Amino acid sequence: MDETIKKSLQATACKVRMGVLTGTFHAKSGHPGGSLSIADLVTYLYCVKMHTDPKHPDMPERDRLVLSKGHTAPALYAILAEKGFFDKKELESLRHIGAMLQGHPCIKTPGVDMSSGSLGQGISAACGMALAGKLKAADYHVYAILGDGEIEEGQVWEAAMFAAHYGLDNLTAIVDNNGLQIDGKITEVCSPEPIDKKFEAFGWHVIVVEDAHDFDRLEAAFNEAESIVGKPVCIIQKSIKGKGVSFMENQVGWHGSAPNAEQYEQGMNELKAALAEVEA
Amino acid sequence: MADVKKKATRESYGEALVELAEQYPDLVVLDADLAAATKTGIFKKAYPDRFFDCGIAEENMMGVAAGLATAGMLPFASTFAMFAAGRAYEIVRNSIGYPHLNVKIGATHAGISVGEDGATHQCCEDIALMRTIPGMTVIVPSDDVEAKAAVRAAAAMEGPVYMRFGRLAAPILNDPETYQFEIGKGITMRDGKDITIVASGLMVAEAVQAAETLAAEGIDARVINIHTIKPLDEELIVRAAKETGRIVTVEEHSIIGGLGSAVCDCVSAKCPVQVTKIGVNDEFGHSGPAVDLLKQFGLSAENIVSVVKSVL
Repeated sequence: MDETIKKSLQATACKVRMGVLTGTFHAKSGHPGGSLSIADLVTYLYCVKMHTDPKHPDMPERDRLVLSKGHTAPALYAILAEKGFFDKKELESLRHIGAMLQGHPCIKTPGVDMSSGSLGQGISAACGMALAGKLKAADYHVYAILGDGEIEEGQVWEAAMFAAHYGLDNLTAIVDNNGLQIDGKITEVCSPEPIDKKFEAFGWHVIVVEDAHDFDRLEAAFNEAESIVGKPVCIIQKSIKGKGVSFMENQVGWHGSAPNAEQYEQGMNELKAALAEVEA
Repeated sequence: MADVKKKATRESYGEALVELAEQYPDLVVLDADLAAATKTGIFKKAYPDRFFDCGIAEENMMGVAAGLATAGMLPFASTFAMFAAGRAYEIVRNSIGYPHLNVKIGATHAGISVGEDGATHQCCEDIALMRTIPGMTVIVPSDDVEAKAAVRAAAAMEGPVYMRFGRLAAPILNDPETYQFEIGKGITMRDGKDITIVASGLMVAEAVQAAETLAAEGIDARVINIHTIKPLDEELIVRAAKETGRIVTVEEHSIIGGLGSAVCDCVSAKCPVQVTKIGVNDEFGHSGPAVDLLKQFGLSAENIVSVVKSVL
């Protein structure tokens, strides 16, 4: 990847992470850990891969993204705000009464392609969007982001079967493999491993990204995904929950709790420093 | 009523889908390995490219329907009521209801008239479940003519619709030449001043028959067919409450949460009168021939007659 582009993506990802902290801090609740682990992914998708138009969020030919792990909405909202789908000020009223930004994604929000958050459901909706694309001979692509804990839901595997059966090669599912869920390590709670073999067995083309915070690796994976014909693609991205905020990294406790004022300040300072370094 | 023509409303559903296919090029049909039973097989045969079997996976089917609808398709998702409203409830709520997507759910084999398959498949809770979802239209047609009209109306409107069809052949009460269907508008099948029998689905024919028996005994019962449980025709119900003073509801559904409850919700707020509910009384069904089960559970003209007499 071109160094200038990479730096620009890294800078945007820093801003997305700041948006995650801002949103959850002002909300006094929310899910920063898993939002931070997909910050690079959503940045890459919205800035590089996806054809969208903030001025026409509903245009029929747009690429679509379903945040099946809907609790990490702060990351989605932050990138949508960065792209100009709505004002960044909205992030400060996340989860507030009367606010546009709901605790989990709502289809009424500009740029949000599907309401989601009850785990396991988004991937099915993404299948429906992909099937509609085939039926309408539209050339849009559908992305669904799932959690590695989320794939414990049976519905995910119903959807996996369906997508392969109907050859939905316009669908890419990304499993955010940060290894942690609310009750602990995914391998200790009720292990969904081996994730790659499971999706392969269900008829998907599987790509593993060893470092989800490396844009070169993300690009290689999505380029490979694009070349696959006749079957859906699953990208398993190995990520760090809480990535970018030192005290949140790999801490299961940050799955679903918001930073207090002091933590917010510390986290923002770390991200500002990281941004300054990228922009230097 | 031995000479009345009969047809199961599930068949009307399958036929109506075929009839609508040309008019709605975006109409597609989903099923969960029950096409032969839900009668979507009729559509599958006519339009194989617009039929998608999801396998025995109702949760995913509802989600796929939701996704199709976001992209402008007109999906009809079909399976038994037990699985459409029961198993897939939360997907219908969160993936279809909450985003208010244009998905039509065709739920067949509702109620105890499923018969021999028994309690696991006799869904008597679906109306209760579906009517709690904000923005969900719930339709329970009574015969072939009404069922086809309901499917047409569902296709024409924007938003999620739950349609409840039966397995058992139902007497055809309505004349296709003159019948008028409007979502949310009940139909007075027979006028009367002594009491009102409010019925839906398979029970409309029983209510009409009961009213005839009652008439012969000098009791003038009004019969209202509420084909749309939600939105309920409150005006018609309130007028009946005011004019007849008593209401008996009849439904092939639990007495908890269905038509009877909807009627009670309405009259308790707007015109409190005594409402007596006939339905499945907080119990599971069991195996047996459908007609015998209906009688055993009191879902018959005879029982309606005796309940009406006990109320008056």
